[in-house]
Amino acid sequence: MGIMINRIERRLTLTAGAFCLGGIVLFVCLAAAALLAFDEPGSANGGVVFDAYVWRVARFTLLQASLSTVLSIAFAIPVARALARQAVFPGRVWIIRLMALPLGLPALVAALGLIGVWGRQGVLNTALVVVGVDQPVSIYGLSGILIAHVFFNMPLAARLMLGGLERIPGEYWLVGANLGMRPVSIFRFIEWPAIRGLLPGIAGLIFMLCATSFTLVLTLGGGPAASTIEVAIYQALRFDFDPPRAIALALLQISVTAALLIAIRLLTPAADDGHGGGRKVRRFDGRNGSGRVGDGLVIVLAVLFLVLPLGSVVSSGLRADLVRLASDPMVQRALLTSVVIALASGLLCVLAAALMIRARQAALSSRRPTAAGRGLAAGIAASASLVLLVPPVVLGAGWFLLLRPLGDVARFAPLLVILINMLMALPFVYRVLEPAMATHTARTAKLAVSLGLGGWYRWRLIDWPGLRRPLLMALSFACALSLGDLGAVALFGSQDMVTLPWLLYSRMAGYRSTDAAGLALFLGLVCLVLTIAGTPQAAADDARSKDVTA
Amino acid sequence: MSPPETDIAVRLSGVRVQFGQTQLHFDCAIGKGQIVAVTGASGSGKSTLLNVIAGFETPDAGTVEILGDDVAGRDPAERPVSVIFQEHNLFAHLDVATNIGLGIDPALKLGVKEKAKIASALLRTGLEGFGKRLPPTLSGGERQRVALARALVRRKPILLLDEPFAALDPGLRAGMSSLILDLHQQEGNTILIITHHPDDVRVLADSVLFLDKGRILLHEPAAQFLEHTDLPAVARFLGR
Amino acid sequence: MRKAIIPLLGPFFAAVAALATPFSASAENKVLTVYTYESFTSEWGPGAKVAEAFEKTCGCKMSYVSVADGVELLTRLKLEGASSKADIVLGLDTNLVSEAKATGFFAPHGVDTSAVKVPGGFTDDTFVPYDYGHFAVIYDTQVMKEPPKSLKELVEGDPNQKIVIEDPRTSTPGLGLLLWVKSVYGDDAPAAWAKLKDRVLTVTPGWSEAYGLFTKGEAPMVLSYTTSPAYHMVAENTDRYRAASFSEGHYIQIEVAGMTKAAKDPALAKDFLSFVTGPEFQSIIPTTNWMMPVAATKEPLPEAFSKLVTPEKTFLMSSDEVAASRKAWIDEWLAAMSKN
Repeated sequence: MGIMINRIERRLTLTAGAFCLGGIVLFVCLAAAALLAFDEPGSANGGVVFDAYVWRVARFTLLQASLSTVLSIAFAIPVARALARQAVFPGRVWIIRLMALPLGLPALVAALGLIGVWGRQGVLNTALVVVGVDQPVSIYGLSGILIAHVFFNMPLAARLMLGGLERIPGEYWLVGANLGMRPVSIFRFIEWPAIRGLLPGIAGLIFMLCATSFTLVLTLGGGPAASTIEVAIYQALRFDFDPPRAIALALLQISVTAALLIAIRLLTPAADDGHGGGRKVRRFDGRNGSGRVGDGLVIVLAVLFLVLPLGSVVSSGLRADLVRLASDPMVQRALLTSVVIALASGLLCVLAAALMIRARQAALSSRRPTAAGRGLAAGIAASASLVLLVPPVVLGAGWFLLLRPLGDVARFAPLLVILINMLMALPFVYRVLEPAMATHTARTAKLAVSLGLGGWYRWRLIDWPGLRRPLLMALSFACALSLGDLGAVALFGSQDMVTLPWLLYSRMAGYRSTDAAGLALFLGLVCLVLTIAGTPQAAADDARSKDVTA
Repeated sequence: MSPPETDIAVRLSGVRVQFGQTQLHFDCAIGKGQIVAVTGASGSGKSTLLNVIAGFETPDAGTVEILGDDVAGRDPAERPVSVIFQEHNLFAHLDVATNIGLGIDPALKLGVKEKAKIASALLRTGLEGFGKRLPPTLSGGERQRVALARALVRRKPILLLDEPFAALDPGLRAGMSSLILDLHQQEGNTILIITHHPDDVRVLADSVLFLDKGRILLHEPAAQFLEHTDLPAVARFLGR
Repeated sequence: MRKAIIPLLGPFFAAVAALATPFSASAENKVLTVYTYESFTSEWGPGAKVAEAFEKTCGCKMSYVSVADGVELLTRLKLEGASSKADIVLGLDTNLVSEAKATGFFAPHGVDTSAVKVPGGFTDDTFVPYDYGHFAVIYDTQVMKEPPKSLKELVEGDPNQKIVIEDPRTSTPGLGLLLWVKSVYGDDAPAAWAKLKDRVLTVTPGWSEAYGLFTKGEAPMVLSYTTSPAYHMVAENTDRYRAASFSEGHYIQIEVAGMTKAAKDPALAKDFLSFVTGPEFQSIIPTTNWMMPVAATKEPLPEAFSKLVTPEKTFLMSSDEVAASRKAWIDEWLAAMSKN
């Protein structure tokens, strides 16, 4: 396809994308450089970085992250498929909303919720005892890590896949029905190609989340044999205060994962996105009894898997004195701070991601992109994934050093926390927006440009109506993520900037675990509000209106 | 086929477009007020030819002149050209009148005069009363007529049609053909239309551009083209 | 009480900017800036009461800057270097003393600490102890009728009765248990760990996760402090959770405070360090920080404290020894705990 936006806009788009990319690279590299250059009394230095311990940890990181990724995706496919086939049933929108919820929970809260179901005193073992099995099933170990990672990532994968399935043009279903395709053929020829194109992105995202997992791996892993590189990085910076080692480990983490992501991408060819005719999409499969029952079963199992641990969080939370907590000014302030930070970083993140995706599209839109264009595109794609691997602890320490000469670092804390949260949410937002924007551009760009629609008018008339759903979904993902994040806040957390997860941990550390459970419930409720905003009822009902051209 | 220089609407000289291993070459001059049918097998370069004229595709070499001006570097919207595609001509979430209004002003600042223009375009395309309808509720033929109505209000001297009837049944095709012909007679614009149907050539075209393997093989009056028997590629197209 | 509060991937500088910025203070209005850990300054922590009491006598304002925990405190100081505003650093533990001294930021305190009585007898010319606690295995009396009576019984007991411990790579109690086992078993520590491993349900990154699992009923035992039951007795009115007294003795954690060389008003900083060992401060500590006082308090301790386990023998390794061998011991621990 040729130039899809006019010259001035194209240049602006490329500049904005390059600016965002440069900002991200600079933000990360400056922090690393500051840490490396740090040479003051107290920093341990040197020693062998890549000893047997590190290799063992790296091996385990790869093992558990690969297994978690494979399982999350394997379970997500039937769930996404069932939800896509059964486009109308009561409560469907709530299930979809529920799927964004685990993202917003701090790891500790989720771990305790999971233990409420899978633990030695959990629902499952209690049920087994009733049945007559008295040896408790223990989840501690690799199985616990995998359950927790599937709990976090299966819903994420299913939601991203559902988006892909809903973008399949309606004609395909007509053809499928017309040819009398059975579910297996429909999966093979229609659904799988649509999912396959998304897999490298989804798998990469999940892999990175699992590779950098820290609290879940240690808490549920059963022992130090289950450690990730992230644990070693934390140990290096925190207990040993050895910045070069921390950076070397972070580089190891990035390069190992990058190699794997490239392999995934090479192994799975990108599928081309179909262009629908804009008619209402009607599916003709999954209407018969057995189809409905099968889909129903899959959906019920997935919902149980999701809801039970969340229910455990809720039931612990209800035991707290919620009225007292809600009227505690400290809690109110923390809630406000959390929401403001989440919204700010979420909005920034969506803006940056959208600009970068557009710049990438613009750079790749000509038949033979220039080397600079290809470089920009590759840089954007790479940074949008790999930034998740940069340990926030490295960013925090680095920027602390950089800002030190400017006086009180705590003054910059809110800004830095917002920026770090924004970076960490970028890969999610990118995965949500990129396919949607690609489809949108393919459907509207030529027409818009032939009419001379540009800038603000195109945004208002064409892009916003067409992209509202994915934008809102991306925003709610990003907000939920930074809402539940303790990492970045803990870097600079102060009495002036107490967030909900911070307060939760603080209460927990002060033996007030009931209060902490109540706060976890608040956190879950705020997340729920966010996901409702991210999946509006109208949009969910009218899931087909995403087709902007007819 | 070389009309006097001043009567030329579109001229492509030495235009070259590279797609991976294939190279397309275009050289032609199209007279003002003509209806030209662009035909050829799939993949022969018909859409690319239109894209080059419309500005969606930048040639690697050669010049494109429209109404005597070299249009190199001009954006699609800056060229005196309207385009109608096979599908996706309308924004599905905007009603018919708004879709047409976009052809007058992309900012949709529409006064009484502009609204009257839209109404008259709807009338001329037989879509009276359709202004508030949303595109997905229209038939394929009605949607293409809305696109035509928008081309009318834009008043560009050149209209490019990329298989505008491909998605329509024969009855609708005939209706659309006569509508295009009517409007052409009223407006006197120059039309390039890609088609796979000899019937369209017969009914509409003054002349034919026949493309084969990325080159313009023939450019001759329609009547002459329809009588061709010597070239296998043309014979295949004509169904002989 | 100084657990790794926020043992997540990020905790680094739980910086508190400040209740009052030192810059805004006028000359006659002296400000003492104290760096400490978060639970000291939290709503229920001793911070506010301490500030109130000290400000009555010093004619100054106290300002806290709090970070996640003691380890962070040291890291924060290293990062701030010479530009640090800290006059007092309160909340390091004895294991960190040697590393803290190596930074060269601290000045000798010159305070008379003869009134200070800490089990194991810690004295130091740079750091003043202000409270202590012994590590202990806390057990749930509703599940466990016969708790282990010694570390040996813990190591060799029924592997079906689980304990949750903390990771020495990421948390202070985890390091405490490592040193405890080393003190008791010496070179046989790896074998002891290999045996204990079967009883370990899981190893959490920090105290909060471990204690959370314990109170959720996942395991009948957890590594915590002898003082933990006091909280449940005083605040929740239950003696369900008790500390197991080990016949070999318990490893101690002593929390200390010190003044920096850069202290703006050394005399004021010194005053604060003597205040820390005085009855006013010492009376605040037990029911706010849930640790034992190191010197006389104004009133006797609440009754709950008399019910706590009082170890007959106290283990404490010198911080030089810990600093020198910590890495090797952690490697040893990792090897023993990772075997299948």
